[in-house]
Amino acid sequence: MQEETLSPPKPPEKKDRVVIRFAGDSGDGMQLAGSRFTESSAAFGNDLATFPDYPAEIRAPQGTLAGVSSFQVHIADWDILTHGDEADVLVAMNPAALKSNIRDVVAGGLILANEDAFDTRNLEKAGYESNPLTDGSLSSYHVMTAPMEKLTKLAVADTGVKGRSVLRSKNFFALGLISWMFNRPTAPIFEWIDKKFGTDTPVGQANLEAFRAGFNFGNTTEEFHHTYEILPAKLPPGTYTNITGNQALAWGLVAAAKSAGLTLFLGSYPITPATSILEEIARLKHFGVKTFQAEDEIAGVGVSLGAAFAGHLAVTTTSGPGVALKSETMSLALMTELPLILVDVQRAGPSTGLPTKVEQADLMIALYGRHGEAPLPVLAPSSPSDAFAIAMDAARIALRYMTPVILLSDGYLANGAEPWRIPDFDDLPPISITHATEPNGPEGVFYPYARDEVTGARPWAIPGTPGLEHRVGGLEKEALTGNVSYDPDNHEMMTAARAAKIAGIANDIPEVEVYGPDDAELLVVSWGSTFGSVRAGVNNANADGYRVAHVHLRYLNPFPRNLEDVLAGYRKVLVPEMNRGQLSAVLRAKYLTPTVTLSKVQGAPFMANEISKKIVELLEDQS
Amino acid sequence: MTVDTRYTRADFQSGQEVKWCPGCGDYTILASVQNFLATLDVDREKHVFISGIGCSSRFPYYMNTYGMHSIHGRAPAIATGVALANPELNVWVITGDGDGLSIGGNHLIHALRRNVNLKILLFNNQIYGLTKGQYSPTSETGKRTKTSPMGSLDYPFNPVSLALGAEATFVARTIDMDRDHTAQMLQAAYEHHGTAFIEIYQNCNVFNDKAFQLLTGRKERDENRIFLEDGKPILFGPNNEMGVVVGIDGAKIVKVEDVGIEAIQIHDSSRPSPGVAFALSRLSHGPHGPTPLGIFRKIQRDTYGDLMVSQIKAAQERNKANSISDLVQQHGTWTVE
Repeated sequence: MQEETLSPPKPPEKKDRVVIRFAGDSGDGMQLAGSRFTESSAAFGNDLATFPDYPAEIRAPQGTLAGVSSFQVHIADWDILTHGDEADVLVAMNPAALKSNIRDVVAGGLILANEDAFDTRNLEKAGYESNPLTDGSLSSYHVMTAPMEKLTKLAVADTGVKGRSVLRSKNFFALGLISWMFNRPTAPIFEWIDKKFGTDTPVGQANLEAFRAGFNFGNTTEEFHHTYEILPAKLPPGTYTNITGNQALAWGLVAAAKSAGLTLFLGSYPITPATSILEEIARLKHFGVKTFQAEDEIAGVGVSLGAAFAGHLAVTTTSGPGVALKSETMSLALMTELPLILVDVQRAGPSTGLPTKVEQADLMIALYGRHGEAPLPVLAPSSPSDAFAIAMDAARIALRYMTPVILLSDGYLANGAEPWRIPDFDDLPPISITHATEPNGPEGVFYPYARDEVTGARPWAIPGTPGLEHRVGGLEKEALTGNVSYDPDNHEMMTAARAAKIAGIANDIPEVEVYGPDDAELLVVSWGSTFGSVRAGVNNANADGYRVAHVHLRYLNPFPRNLEDVLAGYRKVLVPEMNRGQLSAVLRAKYLTPTVTLSKVQGAPFMANEISKKIVELLEDQS
Repeated sequence: MTVDTRYTRADFQSGQEVKWCPGCGDYTILASVQNFLATLDVDREKHVFISGIGCSSRFPYYMNTYGMHSIHGRAPAIATGVALANPELNVWVITGDGDGLSIGGNHLIHALRRNVNLKILLFNNQIYGLTKGQYSPTSETGKRTKTSPMGSLDYPFNPVSLALGAEATFVARTIDMDRDHTAQMLQAAYEHHGTAFIEIYQNCNVFNDKAFQLLTGRKERDENRIFLEDGKPILFGPNNEMGVVVGIDGAKIVKVEDVGIEAIQIHDSSRPSPGVAFALSRLSHGPHGPTPLGIFRKIQRDTYGDLMVSQIKAAQERNKANSISDLVQQHGTWTVE
């Protein structure tokens, strides 16, 4: 590999940040091009955030708007919070990709188009009456074109790939061109191609040649006179890796099991966008983890509950429709007071909804979607890397309080990536658990429903332990003995005890921290994956002279114990949510807080400027 | 059967008041299971009973072992989790015709095909008892119940045929009243490594009394019980004058004198193909005539749990990098000074 021949001669222009969106047909390999660009940027040391966006159809008709897949990556030399509101650069592999993404490109932004795909047929499929690359309609952008298909064909001619496979490498041409333009190191790409395909295979060769052709095209073509450089970010010292939310969640669960000295058991059924957690953990068998692909969602949580009864750290992963199906088993897990983690990677609903698009509209089903009086702890990560910490904490709470826990992730942070500073694991407190081994009642009697004085948890005596044989089940339990009881007072007492146990977790989680000026006139409250956009929006408003505070909730039930006091300190409270106001409704019901909802249900994350615009609107409104 | 004196039936009684209707067949099955477990040289804490919902599913509460009374239909899934978490346990599933074949049909067939190490006892009384008398998936077509006042339109499942269709590795049928036969079936199921499925005909004397009269009535039973015994010709009747032949059209009941004893099918539960066992299962269910009892199929196939353990072992031998730092550094890292 002769890297020096690929180095650009012209001095690059320094930029502190850039947002690049790769867009093409779902068969064009845009997710791959985007994620490779991300990895080489990570290796280079930029801070970054990504947003993969793809259609629900495996193969929507080629060239149509429905089939457009995109991958946006924001890279910067500073600590960034979001994947970027608008793209500075759009790589458009066909007219449909241009049409469905142009509205997100910043005025004056660069459009890099694959001119070969802009033929009459593709223009027609995308609904263009004339060619936007030549009809002047893009005059407010900087448009550059390259015959990507023609040049890819030429580049791979000697590699042995044939027929329709030839054009498959055109994403690497685009990646090469963009890598040249943004001075990306090429070694990580070459290494990846070698690892994935082998550079001695026709496909590996073709991808390599297409990449080099793209890189060199930028280098030698007059039109591409400009390259950019984004220096490594000044992130806090430490060891970093690039991580997606689903990976972080999977790793956090594995780490939690290791920390607790338990076997991790994941019972699951494939469902977008949660599947990659099952895939990731299934790959990690050398950590002693057990994964089970069940016959349906109900069995997925059922096997996990069985594994929990038998002493494993049990998890089930799903998305909205699966949460509905698992509801009955969650109630049983609650009644039997066994530790179990349900991960809901939320997607836009109801029903099948928009399965590949983001929404955070499962808060209500997480909080209340069970029959009977059935409170459960609910946690939500705030960024891809936070999913690691939140998974560990979900495990800690489940084990310490002998309760099912719901972890609400979502499709945006599940697939989005960011650099993660790897924590020092020696500093993390181990998750300690004890299985009951001795009778806890008089005369050698075992009370399966005796409660710990501090936590309210019952003992976890696992099958196989001599002398502690006992039965659990869905029927109401008599306090202490766990025998079936229809006694009205006992039912009321047990219902209250279960609720008190969950409420008491508030004493075992951090208080909320208020971000922003002490004299803020407005508090913004957010939860889940909106953290980055909301924090960026708050920062923008404060930079413009407004005084805005921000509280981000990672614990949705119970709420942090100081939340009520914090809320009471503000006259105006804005709650932006990717739903119709679910957290807002809960805050109003619980604390009588007069919240204002900023709702977005477009299957897309908030942009920072949508948040700051609403903040300004509220603060300019003197009523 | 060796008798271990370590336990008696009383050791397996939980002390909870048993609350089935007086005269229910479930009492007999409970006694059979408790008596059987007392004969085993197996620590009591190694037994786990998982049930769903229904009359039969109250069973775990009465067993002084580990147990879970779970959700309608889901016992095979929950029991699968228990069995995979701890292969040392003897995991028993207690289910009924409504629980196991209606709401839980999916979990049942998947447990059977996977060959998880479970012992599934399906109490078939052909009626919903807990909800007081509605037709079940094993009730005969035309059955009049409170939800089918003009007769049920449903065509019933034959549980043994269903289990064989799912390629269960052990399939048997017995009847509550015949304690000796029940004990034999429990012993064989216990010894089987893999999923063992036993259909137990169980009389509901309140909502579906005498459903199994042909097999239990003093006058009728000798003419209708076909005991399947390995290596023996399948004969029945008061004087073994009747027999079963199996041909291209399935199994057929014949008079021995009409075909000669050589033509009678010799029972072999170890046939790799479930075809002959399936043919036998079609002779009768209901029961509406002579009905086979005993082990239809018993073959060895790797269990899901054993395969899971060996995959993990193989992965651990291949890749020893299993610390938390190995976990989080697997995609490569960079350092910021």
